[in-house]
Amino acid sequence: MSLRIVVCVKYVPDATGDRHFAEDLTVDRDDVDGLLSELDEYAVEQALQISEEADDAEITVLTIGPEDAKDALRKALSMGADKAVHVEDDDLHGTDALGTSLVLAKAVEHVGYDLVICGMASTDGGMGVLPAMLAERLGVPQVTLLSEVAVEDGKVTGRRDGDAASEQLEASLPAVVSVTDQSGEARYPSFKGIMAAKKKPVESLDLSDLGIDADEVGLDGAWTTVDEATERPARTAGTIVKDEGEGGKQLAEFLAGQKFI
Amino acid sequence: MAEVLVYVDHVDGAVRKPTLELLTLARRIGEPVAVALGAGADATAATLAEYGAVKVLTADAPEFADYLVVPKVDALQAAYEAVSPAAVLVPSSAEGKEIAARLAVRIGSGIITDAVDLEAGAEGPVAVQSVFAASYTTKSRVTKGTPVITVKPNSAAPEAAPAAGTVEPLAVAFGEKTTGTKVVARTPRESTGRPELTEAAIVVSGGRGVNGAENFPLIEALADSLGAAVGASRAAVDAGWYPHTNQVGQTGKSVSPQLYIAAGISGAIQHRAGMQTSKTIVAINKDAEAPIFELVDYGVVGDLFEVVPQLTDEVKSRKG
Ligand SMILES: Cc1cc2nc3c(=O)[nH]c(=O)nc-3n(C[C@H](O)[C@H](O)[C@H](O)COP(=O)(O)OP(=O)(O)OC[C@H]3O[C@@H](n4cnc5c(N)ncnc54)[C@H](O)[C@@H]3O)c2cc1C
Ligand SMILES: Nc1ncnc2c1ncn2[C@@H]1O[C@H](COP(=O)(O)O)[C@@H](O)[C@H]1O
Repeated sequence: MSLRIVVCVKYVPDATGDRHFAEDLTVDRDDVDGLLSELDEYAVEQALQISEEADDAEITVLTIGPEDAKDALRKALSMGADKAVHVEDDDLHGTDALGTSLVLAKAVEHVGYDLVICGMASTDGGMGVLPAMLAERLGVPQVTLLSEVAVEDGKVTGRRDGDAASEQLEASLPAVVSVTDQSGEARYPSFKGIMAAKKKPVESLDLSDLGIDADEVGLDGAWTTVDEATERPARTAGTIVKDEGEGGKQLAEFLAGQKFI
Repeated sequence: MAEVLVYVDHVDGAVRKPTLELLTLARRIGEPVAVALGAGADATAATLAEYGAVKVLTADAPEFADYLVVPKVDALQAAYEAVSPAAVLVPSSAEGKEIAARLAVRIGSGIITDAVDLEAGAEGPVAVQSVFAASYTTKSRVTKGTPVITVKPNSAAPEAAPAAGTVEPLAVAFGEKTTGTKVVARTPRESTGRPELTEAAIVVSGGRGVNGAENFPLIEALADSLGAAVGASRAAVDAGWYPHTNQVGQTGKSVSPQLYIAAGISGAIQHRAGMQTSKTIVAINKDAEAPIFELVDYGVVGDLFEVVPQLTDEVKSRKG
């Protein structure tokens, strides 16, 4: 039987651009260039490697996001994923982590899965909580923050490098996995891949397709609220000296003045 | 007064500093009730009491070590049900965030992660966060359920405030799903004897400019002269010069020390994301145009192979 892999990917504002908040204190996604979160490329890559090892696997990439989020799906398809699902609904604007995990869980169930693969965190909100929430909602094992992952005989195994220890983990499928940026460089889409991606199916779903009420999600349905967002004042210009042979001593003088020595 | 649950991060009974910070912040909102799990849980009580825990709920079972995350969620949920707290505070480690995330789903509560400060508000605790690589500061609240908030290390100075710290055993019923992910092997990290990166008051980091694993002892020597932790940029980690556990930045550790010294690091946005909230920032870089100099309180444009050893010698001689 075929191994059904769903990769959750997010379309995020470019981190090297000028990211800011919209008037309603949500992340401004209109005025900034977006892209497939770089950390989710690692998830797509591991899905591709797992599918190459499996006899028969199908990779669906899934995103929740605005119209432009299709770009993220297209990129993942051009890397080699088979099909895509885009959850898009005006009522989703302002959805927080709890709401997103609800929608993701319903969408993953809608697609059907043996293995869900997520990135370690999104590069914008960057909470790093969705994979755990998704596992909780789906009621399947969480095998997260892996720097190495393999699937064999209905089991997923992997290495999680934590602060205190490096752990070898094991769980039965179905399961939710997240992979770190230590898991291996993501491939670049080939020209052939880019051309092929244009013909791959992208299914669009809205909240009613997933049986979710509008008031469970969005800004109004959110479990949290941002009351204030202030731009951090630019750091006041510091002292910069050129080393003319005494740079280390000058630096020591500064540190002593600040009572660090 | 309302009780506030504080999840305790400890190693065999030795309480880690971020937990003491949480207790200090918790006291702004209510009376801290600590939850300590696993081997050595009971041994945490004395320290927790000293920093204000009125109660310490403890549980130990093999499940905590043998299965990933979920047993700890079961226990925290049991504590939540026993106490009906005004908020649940968890240290913002990778595991802490996952525990908090699952608890939030279970109890139907909103969650805020990576708070850098916490204050009492008219409508519940207000969490201060630093977002978009620390270019914005936000104030947020949980509006549904009991606020679940994870707090970054170095968010407050721990203040002693002796309280009863009565130890009470916590009854935890593990569910069928608890044992889903087995920890089949565990290799503890070797201790370097240096302070923990996220907890250190001073961090000295090296980047691509260090130019090889064989040169990292220069960075370590400076760190040791200052009693600092050692960090590294991703470029240095990817090159295999220093372990990934020491990486500072978006996909590494987020640090907020009193003093951050960057040597041979350009200051890419992803690196800044992990160090920009440091109180004082110092950089040594031979390129005067390096973006790191936009952040610094003091910068030396020069060759780190000249500047760093001179600085180390000077620190040593000043410390006598
Ligand atoms: C999704 C994503 C996540 C990332 N996460 C992280 C992260 O967590 N942490 C991180 O650090 N990066 C991260 N990066 C990478 C980041 O973009 C940069 O590539 C990285 O920080 C560069 O490291 P560096 O400053 O050491 O190297 P470089 O940018 O190459 O800079 C080296 C600097 O050393 C200076 N130098 C060279 N020789 C000397 C000398 N002898 N004396 C003094 N100065 C010298 C040079 O002038 C230069 O400024 C991430 C990138 C992505 C896309
Ligand atoms: N809107 C979204 N659509 C699809 N997947 C997402 C979305 N947001 C987050 N994810 C997944 O969850 C992971 C962790 O996200 P976060 O908890 O937001 O840091 C990401 O790397 C993605 O794999």
